[in-house]
Amino acid sequence: MADESKVGLKELEVSNNGFEVIHTKSDLFYDLYERKSELQHQTHYCPGCGHGVAHKLIAEALQELGLQDKTVFVSPVGCSVFAYYYFDVGNVQVAHGRAPASATAIKRACPDKIVISYQGDGDLAAIGTAEIVHAANRGEKISVFFVNNGIYGMTGGQMAPTTLVGEKSTTSPWGRRPANEGFPLHMSELLATLEAPVYIERVALSDNKNIMKARRAIKKALEIQRDGAGFTFVEILSPCPTIWGKDPVEARRWVLDRMVPVFPLNVFRDRKPEMPVNNAPPQRPVPDVLEITPKEGGYEGGVASHAHRFKNFTIKVAGFGGQGVLLLGQLLTEMGMREGLEVSWLPSYGPEMRSGSAHCHVCLSKNRIGSPLISHPNVLVAMNEISLRKFASQVGPGGLILYNRDALPADFEAPPKVRVICIPASEMADKLGSTKTTNIVLMGALLEETECLSPGTAMGVIEDKVKKVELLETNRKALAAGRHFIDEHAHLEALSQPDGYAE
Amino acid sequence: MAGQARGKVTIDVEECKGCGLCVESCPPKCLELAEELSAYGVHPARYTGHDCTGCGICFYCCPEPGAITVYRRIAPPKAAVAAPQGDEHAATL
Repeated sequence: MADESKVGLKELEVSNNGFEVIHTKSDLFYDLYERKSELQHQTHYCPGCGHGVAHKLIAEALQELGLQDKTVFVSPVGCSVFAYYYFDVGNVQVAHGRAPASATAIKRACPDKIVISYQGDGDLAAIGTAEIVHAANRGEKISVFFVNNGIYGMTGGQMAPTTLVGEKSTTSPWGRRPANEGFPLHMSELLATLEAPVYIERVALSDNKNIMKARRAIKKALEIQRDGAGFTFVEILSPCPTIWGKDPVEARRWVLDRMVPVFPLNVFRDRKPEMPVNNAPPQRPVPDVLEITPKEGGYEGGVASHAHRFKNFTIKVAGFGGQGVLLLGQLLTEMGMREGLEVSWLPSYGPEMRSGSAHCHVCLSKNRIGSPLISHPNVLVAMNEISLRKFASQVGPGGLILYNRDALPADFEAPPKVRVICIPASEMADKLGSTKTTNIVLMGALLEETECLSPGTAMGVIEDKVKKVELLETNRKALAAGRHFIDEHAHLEALSQPDGYAE
Repeated sequence: MAGQARGKVTIDVEECKGCGLCVESCPPKCLELAEELSAYGVHPARYTGHDCTGCGICFYCCPEPGAITVYRRIAPPKAAVAAPQGDEHAATL
């Protein structure tokens, strides 16, 4: 031990002439545990608890390896939730089962630190199964110490995934029956099926010999992490005398007699897998990346000078799936991006996409966008009647509804102070040769009416999206038709307001 | 040979919870639970005062970080030459 001589000398001076200290409280533990005002010299663990032994073995290993100042200990939820009161290292206590995820973050942020995820079986094998499996599968260079006592100790003895078949608990009062509760989960074996882990061993705090094996396993795991080799996992079968209803000596024997046959002690993995050293994504120079979005001809000239007379402009586009609802939203977003605005596009998905109604939310903003979800859009583009009836009431005062028909339904009443423009976009698009350009006609009308974005940008975006020359011409006509419709029919009495749309 | 034990153990009565794992684990059986109760209402472990080999097994079996301190006798120079390397208990470490 690194400072054995120091402690030894101190003790020798007191009284023990002729003796040296071989084992005493590790410097890794705080002198006093400030969890409560009283009993600061004792841990909170029950007499005979395996956690205490596991803590001591980890502390000794860290001290021997000289890693105290480099260690971050991630405490779980469970009986060992208070581990940060004991270990004089960096400490984090995390949500139930999430220790491997937090440890991943810490290790990746501070790769030179030793990160320990210390978890019980309720934490690791039940609520945190996903976290441990994926951390192991990614080969995170952390050490996980999995204290398995086959029961939920802290909460008073509920059945854990690792509870033995036939064992009674408060939630399996007739004993665990595989037909009802499944079989005990073998985490070490399970993780050993993955490729990335470097070291997986199961040990038991059941008797002198096995405690010493546990000591070696824990130290080895930490050495492997120190050397940066990869994911290490030590499962520690541990007694829980209180919940098992046994005295400490009996409980320890029970680990050997009953748990070890079910959870065999073994080294399940002890090798370094072939792993590519460099995980950096392939980098490309910025011009290369940019080249894939815009075409030559650029969109900077003239377009950026478009005056955006709004701070935030929100558009909801709704209609049947297949009408180009989501595409219209994407085009508007792309245009906003090219004009230097903050943009977001939030589509609706799922069953709506299949012969139902679809909608999407578009935000154009001069500031950063908090949420892409719009509850009260400035503009609703309703491409069918269902959408009009469904979303019209969301449009706030001063807003605009563009409705894809020549007139509103007879029984429909527009919301107060909302301007409604009915434009037979589908018919117009059909005359131009393709009903698929309905959305472009509506876009033309939207741009002309609100002047939120420049039609020049619109053509730039359309040119980039549409590959076929004849379709491009149709789209150009559709855009022009939409703008022309507004000029002819709707714009006569409307004056543009500073917020970009007509009163 | 009581005075010539190779090791000795001290137990912090304040920290001991009386679980008895050290008593069970001690190879030469030199620990026992005290007759009297501690301030915390348990029978704390204590060293019988003889036969300790200083193997340290009790330390590793004890769940409390600082309840047990294990000492080993510093061998006199000439005895060190003659002494056998370790003993059967130390070898298990």
